[in-house]
Amino acid sequence: METLNAEQLNFEPVVVGFTCNWCSYRAADLAGMSRAKYPANIRLVRFMCSGRLDPVFIMKALKGGADGVLITGCHPGECHYLEQNYKALKRFKLLRRMLSQFGYEPERVQLVWASAAEGTYLAHQISRVVEEIRALGPLHRASDTPSFELIGDAQLQEATV
Amino acid sequence: MNQNSKPKLAMYWASSCGGCEISTLNIGENILAVDELFEIAFFPCIADFKVKDVEGYPDGYIDVCLFNGAIRNSDNQEMAELLRRKSKVLVAFGACAHQGSIPALSNLTSRAATLETVYLDNPTLDNPQGILPNTQYEADEGLLELPTFFNTVRSLGQVVPVDYTIPGCPPEPHQIWTVLQAVAAALLQGAELPPAGSIIGAGTVAVCKECTREKEEKQIGRYYRPFEIVPDPERCLLSQGIICMGAATRSGCGALCPQVGIGCRGCYGPPDGVDDQGAAMISALASVMDTTYPTDNGNSLEQQIDTLIDTLADPAGTFYRFSLANAVLGRARQPASPVHK
Repeated sequence: METLNAEQLNFEPVVVGFTCNWCSYRAADLAGMSRAKYPANIRLVRFMCSGRLDPVFIMKALKGGADGVLITGCHPGECHYLEQNYKALKRFKLLRRMLSQFGYEPERVQLVWASAAEGTYLAHQISRVVEEIRALGPLHRASDTPSFELIGDAQLQEATV
Repeated sequence: MNQNSKPKLAMYWASSCGGCEISTLNIGENILAVDELFEIAFFPCIADFKVKDVEGYPDGYIDVCLFNGAIRNSDNQEMAELLRRKSKVLVAFGACAHQGSIPALSNLTSRAATLETVYLDNPTLDNPQGILPNTQYEADEGLLELPTFFNTVRSLGQVVPVDYTIPGCPPEPHQIWTVLQAVAAALLQGAELPPAGSIIGAGTVAVCKECTREKEEKQIGRYYRPFEIVPDPERCLLSQGIICMGAATRSGCGALCPQVGIGCRGCYGPPDGVDDQGAAMISALASVMDTTYPTDNGNSLEQQIDTLIDTLADPAGTFYRFSLANAVLGRARQPASPVHK
């Protein structure tokens, strides 16, 4: 088994959670009221609807320091705005496909449906997602070179041999 | 008019194909007017100038410099910095200088992988010693230096401050001519220049606004690549399942490509108010996917969506064909992995 270095041992993932006003944010509220525990690694942001979620918000979260993103919404067929959560699902799937081309593990962006009554379920899902992202490791590593770095020829030889 | 009192014009290419120069020369006989209005101070494509000539100019000597091409290597960067210093007005000219364009697609991979493909691992290569370009070479005549190849391609605005941007791959000749006239009017008659930082020679809204194809409610069961379908001449291409970037692309070209049955490639970059062309396109394409729920064919909703997305080859390369350098993500985290399914 691979031994963990200091960076990995002290790693607390930051997950941005986009919740919809009508189901999933209320599920998170219910989780709080029912004293259902979920990790503080998630930072919840409330939207009116998962269909409001522009893919650029997810990209900015990932680029801006988050290690992962959790999108939540009403179950299919139960959207407060009829069918916007279907759009969220389609955008999520297309974005995830594209993110893999950018070298992002698809599991860093996840989607969970939760109704307003599913507080415990949502708390459980948040814990699962946080642990999965913890297992993937930090998205932003201290060893990452700046995005427009010059690589010396020695490194280049090494990288291509 | 005295030769020396004419405004000085420069045009330079960094990492580019030369199409911007061709488009500029395509302004037709107006090119004679350009010669009359401006003194050419540096224009390697059409006249013999050396970098030393530019280095010899006082700072701010060039009134307008049209800079096309992305910043791919250290030479591009040095020229960008030099021309920024020597120019009063620096214009990012064309899609590469604007947002990286085709050269920036290599941001989906790495410098090492690019060099490996070009010099080591390719069926048409004959390089048994595995020789890679070096930045220095000890020749009999002395030490020779070559530019360093960067890992990431950047747009001009990411390297030096840019006053204006003319988008397009290439910018349309009539737009170039309009801009040159406006610049000449400003320099010679004191007319007002557009506010600094503006995108000029283009519209502000999406290409769809200029496209005369018939728009309708869209529901797409699958996407088609251009060779898989003969497009209907009247209907919106996206309605037919042909990827057309028009909805996420700035107007100004007159919707030339969609008019002849080719989906918009997206070369004018995102319209006003859009940060990321690819994200806008994901939103647009996902909204028109045709799926049914409850499902009627035994496939789950997710399966239907996956099958539909499978028909879309290379999402990143399609959505960011012309804007990867300025995309929110900017580049791949590590050498590109195969598309995940």
